[in-house]
Amino acid sequence: MKLASNEFLQAASAALQEQDKAQRRTIIGQFLPLARDAAASAYGDFDGLRAHMKRVRRHTTAHLSHYLEQFEEAAVQHGNQVHFVANAEQLNSKVLSICQAHSARRVAKGKSMVTEETGLNELLLKAGLDVLETDLGEYIIQQAGETPSHIVGPALHKSLAEIRQLFLDKHKLGDRDLDTVSEVVEEARSVLREKFLAADVGIIGANALIAEHGTSMLVTNEGNGDLCANLPPVLIVCTTFERILPRAEDAMALQRLLVRSATGQPQTCYTSFYTGPRREDDVDGPLETHIILLDNKRSDILASDYSEMLDCIRCGACLNHCPIYIGVGGHAYGWVYPGPMGSVLTPLLNSLEQAHQLPNACTSCGRCAEVCPANIPLPDLLRDLRQDESVQQLKPARWRNGLRLHAWLLRHPALYQSLTGWAMSVLGLLGKRRGTFRRLPFAGSWTGQRDFPAPEGGGTFMRQYAARRRRGGKRG
Amino acid sequence: MDKPHPKRKRSRQRRDVALMVTCLADLMRPSVGFSAIRLLERAGCRVTVPEQQTCCGQPAYNSGEVDAAVPVARAVIEAFEPFDYVVVPSGSCAGMLNHHYPALFEGEWHERALALSAKTWELTRFLTEVARLPAPRHKPLESAVTYHDSCAGLRELGVHQQPRQLLQEQCGVQVSELSQNQVCCGFGGTFCARMPDISAKMADDKLDNALATGAAVVAGGDLGCLLHLAGRARRRGLALEFRHVAELLAGDPRGPGIGEGRE
Repeated sequence: MKLASNEFLQAASAALQEQDKAQRRTIIGQFLPLARDAAASAYGDFDGLRAHMKRVRRHTTAHLSHYLEQFEEAAVQHGNQVHFVANAEQLNSKVLSICQAHSARRVAKGKSMVTEETGLNELLLKAGLDVLETDLGEYIIQQAGETPSHIVGPALHKSLAEIRQLFLDKHKLGDRDLDTVSEVVEEARSVLREKFLAADVGIIGANALIAEHGTSMLVTNEGNGDLCANLPPVLIVCTTFERILPRAEDAMALQRLLVRSATGQPQTCYTSFYTGPRREDDVDGPLETHIILLDNKRSDILASDYSEMLDCIRCGACLNHCPIYIGVGGHAYGWVYPGPMGSVLTPLLNSLEQAHQLPNACTSCGRCAEVCPANIPLPDLLRDLRQDESVQQLKPARWRNGLRLHAWLLRHPALYQSLTGWAMSVLGLLGKRRGTFRRLPFAGSWTGQRDFPAPEGGGTFMRQYAARRRRGGKRG
Repeated sequence: MDKPHPKRKRSRQRRDVALMVTCLADLMRPSVGFSAIRLLERAGCRVTVPEQQTCCGQPAYNSGEVDAAVPVARAVIEAFEPFDYVVVPSGSCAGMLNHHYPALFEGEWHERALALSAKTWELTRFLTEVARLPAPRHKPLESAVTYHDSCAGLRELGVHQQPRQLLQEQCGVQVSELSQNQVCCGFGGTFCARMPDISAKMADDKLDNALATGAAVVAGGDLGCLLHLAGRARRRGLALEFRHVAELLAGDPRGPGIGEGRE
């Protein structure tokens, strides 16, 4: 996927103009936090569970190679082929070579943000394969030629009317006109069912890898993951190494956190465990299974000050709670991962230079950190990235110089107070009648969208206070 | 050691409080500083305004110019550490001293930052949890009031119920609650200037929710949010009055609200 994160400001301003979409996002931004809060409080000690998971993650990260080896050993014992790949190209070509080894023509995919990250579909399509996304949301945006706007609900930006029109355009419907939601869903279901049965290779992602059993866990609400995994003769699980957890019970703890944080459900409709290819007595299941573990700069992140970002479980709660994400939508972020988690991950998985606008798309309001099930201090990480932006001299010079001059002035109280005392007296007088300024020199970035409130008048507090003290009068 | 202390009646002892005025109150709205002094004195404190103060250094810190913010933080620690308490009429500046200063340092300065953090209070928390105000002497407010919880106060310091309780006790006002009162107003320090379109959209959502309460006055504990909201409201021509909660509690909203003219 082409990276366009540095056009964030333009894309965001354009998105703000789309009234219908903005209104739908507002509703999502109200509904999903309510659902999450209700699920978290119904659980009981949700914060305790968060803290428990954090400890499990710390332990796992500290013993990462041990657990990865344990996972690989167990997975191989069950007949899986395990591949460690360094980057996007390696993942893509590994998948392609597996497909080619089986002379595959049709690929059915479950939702996988990792393969969005590597741009797998593009490569497979170029190689002449028929690739079909089977998650309903992914299917919709694939038909529309779009990219996901949300990591859990990829088509949350589309209205029912748009989806209906899309199906009217793309499907052979005869005289059916898909008036209701259930007719639209039924239509997608019947199209997809055929494709599952015809697929040569199934590709899915993973929400967790269980080291003790060599098993991967996947949560879905549609069951499409199971059909991708069990119907085609070859299954490929594409995931990243930081999904690893020591025990099955750790994966269950993660599942409790993930689903409540994502959709507010106590659990998803399907929680599936894949352990390997069909055994002799099994009635179904794939004949060959591959697990591809992608690094793609994650080892670098692990060794950096941003290692906590690898605790992210991809629930999307930070998106749903972020007023900026809700305001401008996922596409404005210009890559695979939007919202607060995306604003951290996009610069780390690409480069800060290519995405340094994103860490600035944050008011430090802290709502993301408040709900993050993995207790990732997202506002702190975003601030650290803004510091890196400054150190790497990516920030506009006038901002950097202005802020540094301001900070220097703050350390010279006498000069600061005399300059501000003078300036505020003048501004107070000029703005006295109207109370605000519509325009002010050097304040265009404020006054473009708002009036500048005039200072109260009478000069700064420090000046007035000093004058009162000199008069020896009653303070206050 | 065993001698009884001459002034044993601790309740009568006046607390030695340093007021951190905050740069925005200093520059834009001095009446917030004077209101805070009146409130603290009414609550039995001896108030000092250290002369060397300017600003807590948040603009540089939040924008990633951390090395420029460090000497500012040192100067604040030096200016305020002699006092028993430091009171700040702002959740975001108090949060800076409470939570972010200690993270800026190691060693001796870290200890000093921690010590300052331990005695720094946001104004409405101080007036509900440390020094209580006596019964009010002023007339109850007649206008309906809604309250904007600023993010740092709300999430870093747990300021939510305290200003509401004080408005009830001191002004006889029951706050008309904003829908979506946990959501940021879009100020965010330099964010509001770096991303003005998004910031304005967030302000509009907040203002629309404020209008829906029917309240005439929007109160808050942070001037940053209030200046941003007032500026946007004036641009839209909305008839809302914006005031810092200290002004209302001090019973002295004499002058015009934030961004209002004096005809």
